[in-house]
Amino acid sequence: MRKIRRWGPGLLLVSPSIVLIAVFVYGLIGWNVKVSLSDWREANHTTGWAGLAAYRELRSDPVWSENVHHILLFTATFIVGALLVGLVLAFLLEKGVRGEGFFRSVYLFPMAISFIAAGVVWRWLMNPAPGDRASGLNVIFDKLGLGSSQWYLDSHYGMAAMAMPAIWALGGYIMALYLAGFRGVPEELREAARMDGATELRVYRHVVFPHLRPVTLGALIILGHISIKVFDLIVAIGGKQLITQVPAVYMWIQIYDARDYAKGAAIATILLIGISVLIIPYLIYTIRSERNA
Amino acid sequence: MSKRAHTRRGRASRIPVLRVGLFGLVVALLLALPASGFGKSEAPASAQKSELAVFSWWTGGGEAHGLAALIKIWNKQHPNTPFKNETVAGGAGSNAKAVLAQRLAAHKPPDSFQGHAGAELQDYIKAGQLEPIDFIYKKYKFDKIMPKQLIQQITYKGHLYSVPVNIHRANILWYNPSVLRKAGISGAPKTWPAFIAALKKAKAAGVIPLASAEEWTQKHLLETVMIATIGPSGWASLWKKGGNWSSDGVKTALNRYKELLTYTNSDNASLTWQDASKLVADGKAAFNVMGDWADGYFRVDLKKKPGTGYNWTAVPGTNGVYDWLSDSFTLPKGAPHRAAAVQWLAFLGSKKAQDTFNPLKGSIPARKDANPRLYDTYLKWALKQWKSDKLAGSLTHGVVASNAWNADIDSAIGLFLQNKNVSQLQSALVAAAKKRAT
Repeated sequence: MRKIRRWGPGLLLVSPSIVLIAVFVYGLIGWNVKVSLSDWREANHTTGWAGLAAYRELRSDPVWSENVHHILLFTATFIVGALLVGLVLAFLLEKGVRGEGFFRSVYLFPMAISFIAAGVVWRWLMNPAPGDRASGLNVIFDKLGLGSSQWYLDSHYGMAAMAMPAIWALGGYIMALYLAGFRGVPEELREAARMDGATELRVYRHVVFPHLRPVTLGALIILGHISIKVFDLIVAIGGKQLITQVPAVYMWIQIYDARDYAKGAAIATILLIGISVLIIPYLIYTIRSERNA
Repeated sequence: MSKRAHTRRGRASRIPVLRVGLFGLVVALLLALPASGFGKSEAPASAQKSELAVFSWWTGGGEAHGLAALIKIWNKQHPNTPFKNETVAGGAGSNAKAVLAQRLAAHKPPDSFQGHAGAELQDYIKAGQLEPIDFIYKKYKFDKIMPKQLIQQITYKGHLYSVPVNIHRANILWYNPSVLRKAGISGAPKTWPAFIAALKKAKAAGVIPLASAEEWTQKHLLETVMIATIGPSGWASLWKKGGNWSSDGVKTALNRYKELLTYTNSDNASLTWQDASKLVADGKAAFNVMGDWADGYFRVDLKKKPGTGYNWTAVPGTNGVYDWLSDSFTLPKGAPHRAAAVQWLAFLGSKKAQDTFNPLKGSIPARKDANPRLYDTYLKWALKQWKSDKLAGSLTHGVVASNAWNADIDSAIGLFLQNKNVSQLQSALVAAAKKRAT
């Protein structure tokens, strides 16, 4: 009885969320996987079993491979870009600038803007129109004599340009993470290194940066899962066109346009697996390091 | 003192925890309720008071004005069944269709909903979500007053499922007369060689020869090129089971399309159809292929004069062919107010409703007895053509192919726009037809 009194209220407190999550998250994930294995390929709901047919179809689907290519390029550019931008900004602020709070807010604000709104602005900034119809960045490029870029419509590197708004939106957030990381490095360690005659470069290389590893890992996970699921930014800038299409957009098309529910659910499942590959090792790592601490 | 305070705080904190826990549970239950309970209790309540709930994506521009005018007449004629306007905003109805799919899946249909006439409704029909409405056509003689070809093309397995309110035309070549004059092009081209020659002259004059826009407008363009090349009957045969997509005619059309693409603007994928029309209106482009909703955009939004500020002709090679599409309304199975919905559909097919709606929307009535005096310059021309032209259903706008087939073709065209490989496009189209034709 006393034991129940100890953990009973706590359990009662969290039980609604446990139940809701069990039903609405894990239950629906299970249902989604079931649909992806079914033969529900049209508006009419069917519940027959089709095994991995939808997945096999994706494997030979040229549109899907285009999608995968797009999302990989987008993710690579986005993660590297956001980490670099965040690190450089944090480094500069950490060196002690006047009005640090001001800059911190300025760089963090873009995160508060939805991808849709940011997308609308960047669609204009990255207007690929040449010559006298140019606007946004192409005008600057033109004035500098660099010619005009096709931006997100470039057939090879378009998705790298597409990552720019995302870097812009989340670079400040990564900066905040790194800034906290920098501040977490005890001053004594740096001083000790300097006493031993280390140059400032070496202090960073051997003392500060190793301390940032957990921050980098966390940032990687956050950026990675945002990137794999990206939908709104792409639709706001590129619309529903193959040239900028990513798996989440293809999923929408399969479900709401083609009414191919099994294929749509298969894409959803693959996205989930893609994200789990990122998240699960991170969770294991965190739980382990918490246990050790 | 400190010890006693500590214990008291300890006991005091335990009870709120319990309360908060209970509170959380109650809130969670309340949150979970609307998903299951509310919907059921709501339906009978609304059924008692008669009304007419109509679902559409007419939320802006001429179509919203047209709908408002229809509602006004409806409410005057049916004071006991007030109109309930259930519109969902969003480009070309793509959001609305998603919302509608969910409502239909939950067996909570509106009394009538908007859909493109033709094969786009097949999903609903196959899922058993629509009632055939042949009886309305018979009773009000719609089958006599609307063109026979139209009735044939919207009949699915012997039944009619929707009432077309308006007719738009997709195969229109818009052009800027002064740009043509400056480029030395004598009048609008009528034949394919003349068209290509005109595009060459426009290119030499330093303007965009053919303004084009995002992917769906590319499909729109391809559709008109195909109809121009294989003719309306060849076009119609493609959408039947066993249609010959690997024919030389289709191949010629695809090669023509590829050639056309070399005359378009490089930034097309970043433009909306309005942007492309505006290029013509601004004199930066010579031609643009778009549906006749562009007329309203030129005339009303851009304030250009028909004939001088902009002009039009059928896409070269499609003279005498009306590449049509239509917004239509349906009778969902289990409509909460079925009697009112039937009246609504009868009303939509009437001369009064069609002549009220269409001048505002910028389209023509599906009926052949429209009063031409109510219509503007372009529409007067279109009305005449509608009575005499052969009809070809639009692919891009839902007449000839189901949604799934359309999505396959979208993918094929998307790939083609990147690799410009005609034989790959053709085999993708063949495969899509094999998979989707019914």
